[in-house]
Amino acid sequence: MSAELTSDQTVGVTPEPVLTARNVSIEYEVDPVVKAVKDVSLTLNRGEILGLAGESGCGKTTLAYGLNRLLKAPALMTSGEIVFHDRSGEDVDVRALDGDGLRAFRWDKISMVFQGAMNSLNPVISIRAQLHDVLTTHRPGMSKDEKEARSVELLTLVGVDPSRINSYAHELSGGMRQRVMIAMALALEPQIMIMDEPTTALDVVVQRGIIREIMRLREQFNFAVVFITHDLPMLLEISDRIAVMLQGEIVEMGTAQEIYRNAQHPYTRKLLSSFPSLTGTRGDFVRRGDSTEGAA
Amino acid sequence: MKYYTRRIVFYVLTLWVAISLNFLLPRLSPGDPAQIMIDKMSRGGEVTPEQIATIQRLFGGDSDQSLWDAYVQYLNQVIHWDLGTSVTKFPAPVTELISQALPWTIGLVGLATVISFLVGVGAGAIIGWRRGTWVDHIVPSTTLIQSLPYFWLALLLIYLLAVQNPVFPVGNGYDIREFGGPEWSWAFVGDVIYHGTLPALTIVISSVGGWLLGMRNMMVSTMSEDYIVTAEAKGLRKSRILMTYATRNAALPSISGFGITLAFVVAGSIVMEQVFSYPGLGKLMITAVRGNDYALMQGLFLVITLTVLAANFIMDIVYGFIDPRTRSNA
Amino acid sequence: MPEDIRTELTVPETAASGDTVPEVPTASAREAVGVARTVEVASSPSPTSPTPPRAVPRFALPRFSGKLVVGLVLVIGVVLLGLVGPFFTQDPANTENPAMLPPGGDHLLGTTALGYDVLAQLAIGTRASLWVGLLAGSIAVVLSLVFGIVAGYRAGMTDEVLSFVTNVMLVIPGLPLVIVISAFLEVRSMLVVAVVLGLTSWSGSAVILRMQAKSLRNRDYVSAARVAGEKAPRIIAVEILPNLLPLLTAQFLFGVILAILAEAGLSYLGLGPSGSVTLGTMLNEAQAGSALSRGAWWWFIPPGLVIALFGCGLSLINFTIDEIINPKLRIAPAAQRNVRKARRERDAQRSTEEAAA
Repeated sequence: MSAELTSDQTVGVTPEPVLTARNVSIEYEVDPVVKAVKDVSLTLNRGEILGLAGESGCGKTTLAYGLNRLLKAPALMTSGEIVFHDRSGEDVDVRALDGDGLRAFRWDKISMVFQGAMNSLNPVISIRAQLHDVLTTHRPGMSKDEKEARSVELLTLVGVDPSRINSYAHELSGGMRQRVMIAMALALEPQIMIMDEPTTALDVVVQRGIIREIMRLREQFNFAVVFITHDLPMLLEISDRIAVMLQGEIVEMGTAQEIYRNAQHPYTRKLLSSFPSLTGTRGDFVRRGDSTEGAA
Repeated sequence: MKYYTRRIVFYVLTLWVAISLNFLLPRLSPGDPAQIMIDKMSRGGEVTPEQIATIQRLFGGDSDQSLWDAYVQYLNQVIHWDLGTSVTKFPAPVTELISQALPWTIGLVGLATVISFLVGVGAGAIIGWRRGTWVDHIVPSTTLIQSLPYFWLALLLIYLLAVQNPVFPVGNGYDIREFGGPEWSWAFVGDVIYHGTLPALTIVISSVGGWLLGMRNMMVSTMSEDYIVTAEAKGLRKSRILMTYATRNAALPSISGFGITLAFVVAGSIVMEQVFSYPGLGKLMITAVRGNDYALMQGLFLVITLTVLAANFIMDIVYGFIDPRTRSNA
Repeated sequence: MPEDIRTELTVPETAASGDTVPEVPTASAREAVGVARTVEVASSPSPTSPTPPRAVPRFALPRFSGKLVVGLVLVIGVVLLGLVGPFFTQDPANTENPAMLPPGGDHLLGTTALGYDVLAQLAIGTRASLWVGLLAGSIAVVLSLVFGIVAGYRAGMTDEVLSFVTNVMLVIPGLPLVIVISAFLEVRSMLVVAVVLGLTSWSGSAVILRMQAKSLRNRDYVSAARVAGEKAPRIIAVEILPNLLPLLTAQFLFGVILAILAEAGLSYLGLGPSGSVTLGTMLNEAQAGSALSRGAWWWFIPPGLVIALFGCGLSLINFTIDEIINPKLRIAPAAQRNVRKARRERDAQRSTEEAAA
């Protein structure tokens, strides 16, 4: 990871909120009850990349699912307010959405790219069917040819050969599957994309390609991204702001620069120093915990 | 394509095993099989010279014929669709008797099985989809119904619906007093349906539980898969998620396991046909066994096996059609 | 019909984030033997379940749910009827009783057309049917162990040969085969019938066990044992079998009820054990004695009912085992209920707070 962050990271961010979450608490109704997310508040600005970092089990994924109303039993959102600020100026109370309203909201305003596209694609229908059905449901006016054209356009956007539209999930490599997932997520030109560890299961080289694709698309379409990962150095590279989560709470939030240079919370500092660097003397990390990242 | 070829080869081999079993079984006990059979039959009554001739032809009465030659001869006969002559209904050839009974069984058992499968899998899908609600409690009760012996259920149905309350006929495929034999008339068809209702009901009641349970379990498992979450996040309609995402995947094991369940249905319907005196393959087989009509019995065994293999193959085609992984994996 | 290709398909690729979901089928009811259901032996981490993955699949002892209790009661009840019943009833071979008596008085379940006491016959018949079922089930389980687990573990040529035999036996319809075999037998004792039934009913279980063994084969602890140089039989006995115990038990219980049903069917057709009284022969005689048309429900209903109740009991027990093998079956519905309960409590709390304010 590079030692220096340039100020280019802040291009495209307008400090205008697109999603406001206040006092969100989510618990798992098991025995004993597990409080996965404790009174979390955050604001996502239009077009920005917000990184959500933390180790496994800290609640970042649960929070993301909660934002999109995708929580599955035994998870239950016990309190909180989530407001989506549409481009048109209208404010949507996400928690109050129901039935058809919720369905229309999903994917159109907020879409998701899940962890490990291994299993996120339906194995028994073709890629074409899965790209088309989003369009069929949300844009009922589109003709079959229009849907096909759009699907081809989406695949080209993410760098997948459009002829693969006939393929099935098992015929694609991991990287390609993830790109298809991203193409699907872009289909309705959402205003927010939540990405949950989208590259964790991929090779490092492929990972870089995907990240670059995401950055490029974000520049082109200006959607906000909530990027969830445990890979803090990557977030430092690409995020505008970063929130660090520990045991269900946000312990630190700031711009990437601030976190990199001047992390306040001891956990953040610990996270930062846990990654060996490519530069620096060999053995430094193991012996002394030295890395070129980390607060001065 | 390779997938289908593999299956066909397998079925052909299985058929060969069945034929060979037919050949070997009577010869397992020591001594001349033909003589043993004739002795057995004479215990039941007089044995006519024609019957002796049939037996000898079937079991290779000439002891100077080697086992291998007899085997080849038998294979030859079977391939040329010569399954021998019946003893109980002498001199009707076995093939003729079988072809008379075949449509009854395929019609009744086939139709009832299809209905049972569709209802079971459909209900299982819905129950699995609505897990955690009161419908879950239906499930254990289906196990009670499922444990009932087919034929006992048949007896019960006859008792309740034909003897105590004569809603349906007690037996037979059609009213033998009214119709001399099968004919192509609406009245006949109606009569067939009338007579076939209780047997069909027996099959459906006994076997629907198995499919329901299997499908329900698979649905519960499938519902926690990642692609279901993706589908919901995509804001797709519930009906689409249920049909194309959940059911389509969850039904796969039910389809692949259809062949095995079919074996139970076949077993159950043999006995059931006996209870209802239904003129199908099952009843014919019982008649054959009771009358020591070995040619007919063995012929029936082959035909029943063939039918089961065919049903299996049809299911293989359906499976290959639904699951694209089979097509490219081979 | 389950085939090599399909069995491969139910074992999905492992993701880089850890060993996920090797799927294994289980059985829970009669037809389930054939329906290769997929089952998770170890759970993998998912966003909605905070439990970490287990390296070695453990299974808790069954919880005493309502289903289990009912199942056990039924099974134990029938077993007692067969074991102890005959000591309390009159001699089942006694034909001195007046014929075709409905239940009452000396004869709690009435008598048959030939003057036998139905209850006495029921008790001794249950004992015989249970014995046949037990023996046939045991033979079937042993055979399915050999053809299933050895084939699944060994792979290669052994697997091909064993699988082929298994698949052939699977597809050839069972009852017709048994009928053909029985017809050629000189003597038909209960032992012979049990053996024949056992020899023809193991293939379904074998398929399921083979899939299980195949997936377990690639588990870390099995590979570790292999690398450490342990011999195959020992690995199978020590590493693989214990984890398969719930599945084996389920298959065995299955096999027993299958055998009892098959014997009942055979006896009903007149091809059962000659000279013995079983639940099936009772039904055969009931029909021969025109029990139906004479309305003698006490003759033909009890034998079938005993079989049904026993089968139901075993199925319920199998249910519980199923929930052990596949925790999702229990967890998912329970999770839904818990969430609804929590929501209700929360709403109730809120409304009382509002009322108080």
